[in-house]
This record gives sequence, C-alpha cells and structure tokens, in this order.
Amino acid sequence: MTRSPRLLTLHALLAFAFLYLPIVILILYSFNGQGVGGFPPHDLTLNWYRILFNDAPIWDSVLNSLIVAAAAMFIALAFGIPAALALDRTQFPGKALFRRLVLLPLILPGIITGLSLLMLFRITDVKLSLLTIVLGHGTALISVATTEVFAGLQKLNRAQEEASLDLGATYWQTFWRITLPNLKLSIIGAALLIFTLSMDEIAVSFFLIGRDNTLPLEIWGRLRRGITPEINAVSTIIFLFSLIAIVLWYRLRTRAESTGDSCGVS
Amino acid sequence: MFSRAYRTLITMPPLLWVALFLLVPYLLMFCYSFWSVSDSGSIIHSWNLANYHDLLTKPVYWQTLLRSMWIAARVTSFSLLLGYPLAYFLSFYAGRKKDLYYQLVIIPLWVSYLVRAYAWKTILGSDGVLNTLLQYVHLTHHPLDFLLYSPFAVVLTLTHIYTPFTFLPIYASLEHIPSNLVEASQDLGATPAQTFWRVIFPLSIPGVLAGATFAFVLSLGDFLAPLLLGGPSGIMISNIVVSLFGAAYNWPLGAAISLCMLALVLSLLVFSERLEKKWSFQ
Repeated sequence: MTRSPRLLTLHALLAFAFLYLPIVILILYSFNGQGVGGFPPHDLTLNWYRILFNDAPIWDSVLNSLIVAAAAMFIALAFGIPAALALDRTQFPGKALFRRLVLLPLILPGIITGLSLLMLFRITDVKLSLLTIVLGHGTALISVATTEVFAGLQKLNRAQEEASLDLGATYWQTFWRITLPNLKLSIIGAALLIFTLSMDEIAVSFFLIGRDNTLPLEIWGRLRRGITPEINAVSTIIFLFSLIAIVLWYRLRTRAESTGDSCGVS
Repeated sequence: MFSRAYRTLITMPPLLWVALFLLVPYLLMFCYSFWSVSDSGSIIHSWNLANYHDLLTKPVYWQTLLRSMWIAARVTSFSLLLGYPLAYFLSFYAGRKKDLYYQLVIIPLWVSYLVRAYAWKTILGSDGVLNTLLQYVHLTHHPLDFLLYSPFAVVLTLTHIYTPFTFLPIYASLEHIPSNLVEASQDLGATPAQTFWRVIFPLSIPGVLAGATFAFVLSLGDFLAPLLLGGPSGIMISNIVVSLFGAAYNWPLGAAISLCMLALVLSLLVFSERLEKKWSFQ
C-alpha cells in the first residue's frame, strides 16, 4: 500500500518502546553495582551474576523447574496429541463440551485452575509436591499441545494415511510411520512452547507447591523479602532462554506452515 | 476410514484425563462453595447458601469485584488502544519487515510474567529507575509515591503484559481481510478514512472482541501483580480468594467467590463468541 502515515509509525515505535523498555532496564540494572534502581546506573559489575552462580537455592529451584517442565511436557503431549486427533477425526457425544473443557485453561485465569486442582488433591489426600505441580502444568498445557497439533492436522494430507492403510499397514504402523512424522514440526513446536510456559508458570504453581520451589516461586519468595540486582541477573538469563525458545518455535511454525501448504496442493 | 479401536484409543485417554483433572475439580469447587467451615477449622459437608449470602450482603466482596472489573476494563481499553494501531501498522505498512516486527511483538508475550512484573517494580519504586531519573533531571525533588503500590501500577503492568495478547487476534483478523475488498474500496473513490471505518474496521471486529476478552478475563483474575505492585488500594478479587485459601482459612467462601468469577468469565466467553460469530465475515 501507500507510505505509512507518520502518526501510525510513531505509535508503533512507542508501542515497541513500551513493550521493550522494562526488559531493557531489567537487563541494564543486572550490571548495576548500586542496586535495582537509581539513575543513572553506575559501578557496572558482573558481581550479581557471580553471586547468582553461587546461589545454591536458585540452582536447586532451576533443577526442579526443569524436571517439572519436562514431565509436564510429556503429559501435555501424551494427552494433547490424541485429543487433537480425536477432535479432528472422531465424533462422539459431548465432543463440543470436551473441546471447550480442554481449551479452557488457556483462557481461564490460573487461579481457578490452581484452586480447583488444590481441592481435588485435598479431597483425595494427595500431598502437595513437585508432582502436583506437574499434574497442574500438564493438565493446563494439554490445551497448547491440542491447539498446535490440531492446526498441524488441518494441513495434513490424509491421502498418505489412506494409501498406507490400503497397502496393508496397520493403524499402529500408519500412526508411527505416517501420521506422527507428518506432524513432527507441530509437535516439536508444541513441546518447545509447553516447556517454556511451564518454566515460567507461577499462578497455578502458587497453589500446588509443596516443599520444593520451582524457579518462579523461588524468585517470588525473594521479591517479598527485598530485592537485589541478583534477581535482575536471573531474570536476564530467563529472558535469554525464553527468547531462544520463542524464536526457535516461530521458525518451526513458519516451516510447518509452508510445508503444510505444499502438501495441500493435491 | 478409521477403525473403532483406533478412534477409542485416541479418544478415551484424553477424555478420562480431562474429566479427572478438569471436570471433577470444577465440580468440586462447586460443591465446596455450598459447604462451610467450623470454628475448629474443619470443613462441614452440609449444604447451605451461607457463602453466597455473605457475598451478596458484605460490601467488601462486591466492591472488590467491581474494582477488579474496573481495573480489568482499563487494562483492556489501554491494550486495545496500543494493540490495534500496532496490528494495523504491521498488517498494512510493515512491508518486508512484517515478519521481524511480528516476532518482536510475540517475544514479550512468552517472556515470563514474573520477570515483566518485577521489571515494573524496579522502575516504579520510590527509589526506582523512574523516580531517580525524574530527580536527576530536576523535574521533581521528591519521589512520586503514587507510582508504585497503587492501582495505577497494576493497570500499567497488566497493560504491558496483555497488550501482545490483544494484538494477536486483531492482527490475525486484519491479515485475513481480502486485499481486493480494500482495493475495491479505494478504486471506488473512498478516502483512506472511509476505507478504514467502512471496510477494514468492521471486518476486524471479531479480532477486537477476542483480544478484549483475553485481556479482560486474564487481568480480572490476576492476583500476582496486585500482590507485587498494588498495595492496599490495588487489592483485587483474586487476592481475597488467595487469603481465604491461606491465612483466613475459609475454603468454602473462597470457592464461592472463585465460582462467581468462573461464571462471570464463562458468560463473557460465550457472549463474545456469539458477537464474534455475528460479526464474522463469511
């Protein structure tokens, strides 16, 4: 179209500034010797990173978060992939309700998912631990796996599956050799997204936490006690990892879309 | 083409899991909201409406709910005001850089909620970055203390968090507008403003509704930003629920409030879905 109106460009510029300014400041002050505020920043130092690397409770919580994220990813995919398949190719009574229910945690505030699960664990006498957080994250993130894989399925060319079945392969063989490989990019993308979201999740974990902290909850605990740029340092590292994961996810998704299109021609 | 066994195998496991970990917990929340708690702190499993009676008669609950809705409404409007023109810019004027800009918007979306809320805390504090900057350039001589621990701080932070959420569906709806409609409008002599208000904007309404619902629902239920940045005047309804499930120890009342929130959220979702359908372009 035509040259962009100046006001609109200015608005976009300001919106980007608004989105990124806090992140830039956060990173900048992770090198600030004088604490989390104070303008201008001075006494630039790597000291906070040194303190961070020797901070055992933080690293314990990082390990916990990695375990939780991996396990949640497994649950979300193990149930999300079949859920997407079921939504794509079966009819059963209550299907509409099922779809809404699966997707609900995506739009509901985390407090509702967290509290309702807390009540379930209370009634069934399950002790709160990392396991309860895994169940919470896994269940909430089935929604992400389902939407990503369902999108992949929409672009899948079903003729290949039909051919495989016609040529005598079993459903099981067709699933492993044709369906799954065709969904590879969607599944990897979903896995990446689920892992990142679980690593960052706090609202559901808040209610399901036992004795061991995840990283966001460890940080949360420290925020309430008074803050040092060590928190900026750990936040900077989280930001960098999220950044890598998201850019990777985006690449995968655009690739999945373009390969999907080329299959869909026939 | 798929056998019965195959269909059962892909349907049953997710169905059972979702029933056990989503449906049962919601039903449990419903049951809890009709129970009560004894003086010794144990749950009495007898059905009564006392919690709902409390909700209706004690002003603190509905006043806090109204305040939360007011905060959520402000967050929604600011997110739309920021997100819509940004989506419009990307969709129509970004040219080859569209892909890059799109990634730049979604990166903050997936970056830790906590990291972003914390960043605003360090900016808005009384010896935070903004106050010390203002004093450094001699615009103020004392720290402005309304910046942190106020509804303002909560609205600002939640707007920052939910602007990308509103951007996404708006951008998607703008991208789906067939370019020949826009061209036809221009060819037939409409001014850019007419083309926008008569063609583009009506076609983007489903995206606006979806984005607004996202921002409103998620900020309505937020309890972390108010805890971190809100102070006493920034308390939201979820904070009351958190305290009822914690120190105040009245799970049934907390469940009743959560259930009201859930009902409010679900009716909003249904309502906006209806509207979206009505406005969607066939």
